[in-house]
Amino acid sequence: MSTMKLNRRKFIVASASAAGGLMLAFRIPAGARADAMMEEPWMAGEGGQEVNAWLVIDPDDTVTIRVGQSEMGEGVFTAMPMLVAEELQCDWSKVRAVYADVNRHVQSTVEPYMVAAGAAKETDQLYQRMATGGSGAVRRSRKYLHQAGASARERLKQAAANAWGVERSAVTAADSVLRAGNKSGTYGEFAAAAATIELESEPAIKTPDQFTLLGKSVPRLDTPHKTDGSAVYGIDVQLPDMVHAAVEVSPVPGGRLVSFDFDAVKDRPGVITAFRLGEGGIGKLPYRLDEVANRTNGLLSGVAVVADTYYRALTALQLMPKEWDAGGHGDVSDESIIAGALEVLGNPDDATYNPAVSEGDARGVIGASADKVEATYVTPYLDHACMEPMNCTAHVTADRADIWVGTQNPPGAHDVVVEETGLAPEQVHVHNTFLGTGFGRRFRSDEVRQAAAIGAALGRPVKMVWSREENQRQGKLRPYSVYHFAASLDADKKPEAYWNRVVSHSIFNHLIPQFLKDGLDNQAMEGLDQRLPYRFPNRQVDYAIRDSHIPVQWWRSVGASQNAFALESFIDELAHAAGADPVEFRLGLMPEGSEFRRPLEVVAKEAGWTTDLRRGEGMGVGLAEAFGTIVAQVAYVTVSRRGQLRVETIDCAVDCGHVIHPRLVEMQMESSIVYGLTAALYGEVHIRNGAVVEDNFDSYLMLRMNEMPEIRTHMALSGGEKWGGVGEPAVPPVAPAVTNAIFAATGKRIRRLPIRSHDLA
Amino acid sequence: MSLTLTINGTSHTVDVEPETPLLWVLRDNIGLTGTKYGCGISKCGACTVHIDGRKAFSCSTKVSAAVGKEVTTIEGLSDDNSHPLQVAWIEEDVPQCGYCQSGQIMAAAALLEARPDPSDLDIDAGMSDNICRCGTYARIRKAIHRAAEIAQG
Ligand code: FES
Ligand code: FES
Repeated sequence: MSTMKLNRRKFIVASASAAGGLMLAFRIPAGARADAMMEEPWMAGEGGQEVNAWLVIDPDDTVTIRVGQSEMGEGVFTAMPMLVAEELQCDWSKVRAVYADVNRHVQSTVEPYMVAAGAAKETDQLYQRMATGGSGAVRRSRKYLHQAGASARERLKQAAANAWGVERSAVTAADSVLRAGNKSGTYGEFAAAAATIELESEPAIKTPDQFTLLGKSVPRLDTPHKTDGSAVYGIDVQLPDMVHAAVEVSPVPGGRLVSFDFDAVKDRPGVITAFRLGEGGIGKLPYRLDEVANRTNGLLSGVAVVADTYYRALTALQLMPKEWDAGGHGDVSDESIIAGALEVLGNPDDATYNPAVSEGDARGVIGASADKVEATYVTPYLDHACMEPMNCTAHVTADRADIWVGTQNPPGAHDVVVEETGLAPEQVHVHNTFLGTGFGRRFRSDEVRQAAAIGAALGRPVKMVWSREENQRQGKLRPYSVYHFAASLDADKKPEAYWNRVVSHSIFNHLIPQFLKDGLDNQAMEGLDQRLPYRFPNRQVDYAIRDSHIPVQWWRSVGASQNAFALESFIDELAHAAGADPVEFRLGLMPEGSEFRRPLEVVAKEAGWTTDLRRGEGMGVGLAEAFGTIVAQVAYVTVSRRGQLRVETIDCAVDCGHVIHPRLVEMQMESSIVYGLTAALYGEVHIRNGAVVEDNFDSYLMLRMNEMPEIRTHMALSGGEKWGGVGEPAVPPVAPAVTNAIFAATGKRIRRLPIRSHDLA
Repeated sequence: MSLTLTINGTSHTVDVEPETPLLWVLRDNIGLTGTKYGCGISKCGACTVHIDGRKAFSCSTKVSAAVGKEVTTIEGLSDDNSHPLQVAWIEEDVPQCGYCQSGQIMAAAALLEARPDPSDLDIDAGMSDNICRCGTYARIRKAIHRAAEIAQG
């Protein structure tokens, strides 16, 4: 069989169809491993017509919509096609979703009609935004996806009008049928003509009151493929003649592989070869902590073993003697890192602080006050612990590279492969798959560079998979952060001044230092600086960076994930010091008309907020804004005499402005709450001897079915111009809602996460 | 070493070391990739299959231990997504990323075999070996109750 031909013409793609099964991500019949691959996703089906880069219409009215975002559970394979279909006014039951092609994206700019419609700049790439993060799928691609649908619909109408000799305004379009008077025809019939039509002006997109599809909880297009084992993730990719690679890199980031003894394992069954990775080995960009480009996704020093099956590669790798050098970080621990940060936190005059907010004279007022409240909070390093361990499959030849990977950042992966292989951009093809979660981890392309380097060295298809242990040790962690708050109350117990200092490991400083402004990392300060929900007559916020050798990265909800814990805990402490109800107290600190009021009021009402509970029972509240969405939560917990905590219910009120799919929003609230609760209860990555300690789910604990609280989601929508994201903003309020509830139940104030390191008895 | 296995009613002969975990034989040698790798140490349930009708972690089951037994994977649960659990899973829109769901469904299928009308406590007991990083637990619970209803007609 000609591998080359197969690879050129046929690809495994992740796709989903409302009709079910049609374009289904393939199912591999036993013994026929390579035969079930799909056509390239951007190729039209039999007789299908591309009307514009976003959509293809087949003669039977099947509409294939290309998705520029990555399906990692958040529902973009349903939500993105809905945005197009709302305007296209096609038959939703015949819509299928496939990934947009990144090769085409990087080679071409946006289509002219998009620019004419004001939905793009001329210099934008074809699919505009092809990276998934920042809870931005709907809010940031909404307008151009609507436009793609609307402009195609008007072309279809014009094509019919031309054929029927009527004005376009006389033609209606609904459910993939065009009508004028007694004439009618299908989208399939007019697709070819529509593709050639130029309009004098592009149609305006709908306003939310005109939506007919959006707002409905239609079944997710990807669901049926995820209940029968047929959905293809990166780890499932199989190619003709493919071999498998297992890798192990220095457990200490920035450390070095001193030596390895391949001879000791090379005669084991199935073993093919081994490569040194990074410094002194294969790969164009070795990891170096002192150079941003190299630490962003450079190859950590280590070794790859290649064999005919993964288990044989992994076993040989594990048995192979290796010697490591810790690169000078061998005595670093999480304790030593956080102790260093706490030292800075304890010294407000440390020269490395930069002011983020300075209103009035908070420091002076607090210094002179007799009634002040102070507290220090600590949040740990965390790992994403993606359900699917990182992996990537590469086939690199002299004139072409094909890469299969579940990635949040296809253009980033494409760039890395171009750089690593030396091929031209048009020779590189990155094929996205379903992602077994992403949470920000699958944005960096470090695994892509590893696989590309191994693939280039081998010259044949190779699937590289990280063991769970390797996955955890190569984590790019959510930074630790430490906080000090001080506030003073006046004679009426009203807060008069507020002073907050934050010291953290900065993601921007690690990855994109040019994004720092005046020494401030605005992601690390999220929710604490400009968008603080509360007003104080005097306020000061200072920030200092203390990095370590640990690589850090965006983790679901980024800075807000931890800032809300510190802030909302402190506001709770203030409320108690003032003798006020925590909800009333918060509302009292918000100006009239504040956007934060509605979610808080809604959640308090729906949860039946009360402080009048028995000992051992408590309600706590948490509030945060992230990615344009405000979420307020009330946790109800019980704590037994022996200190056994049970989170019974979490009420969640969300204001994301508009909702295009209510069930997807609910699912994201539930998912985020479990994610945040897992971290609050258990999440902590320890560093010992410079390396990550928790390397599997026996030590990095996850919330499970038997600990699951009841979650109730309430919409608190403000509509208007607000379009907020929903994939992340429900993470931040969970931790403080729970720890504030624990305080209400027990009088124990938790100032350092996770909760499990505290005795609640 | 040549071993013969019965997977989803079909016989397969594979040439592997007898201590190879069943998981990797299913995935790499036979090409059934619906069964997933999550932890390799019996702590996540992503690799759950049935051996002679009983739930097993394929990552921690030597392939030699499956010889002469009936192995069922997600691909063999039904031909057409029609098992009551699959129907209920689709009705309730359970999966998010979907990666854990083969294991969840296989664990739930074993639970329903043992307890056709499980209580919430039965579900806690039967499903807590399985991690879902997307946090779909509430929908899984609902879908299991729903599947029990469907199965009982
Ligand atoms: S992979 Fe087997 S239990 Fe996790
Ligand atoms: S659905 Fe994503 S891990 Fe369970």
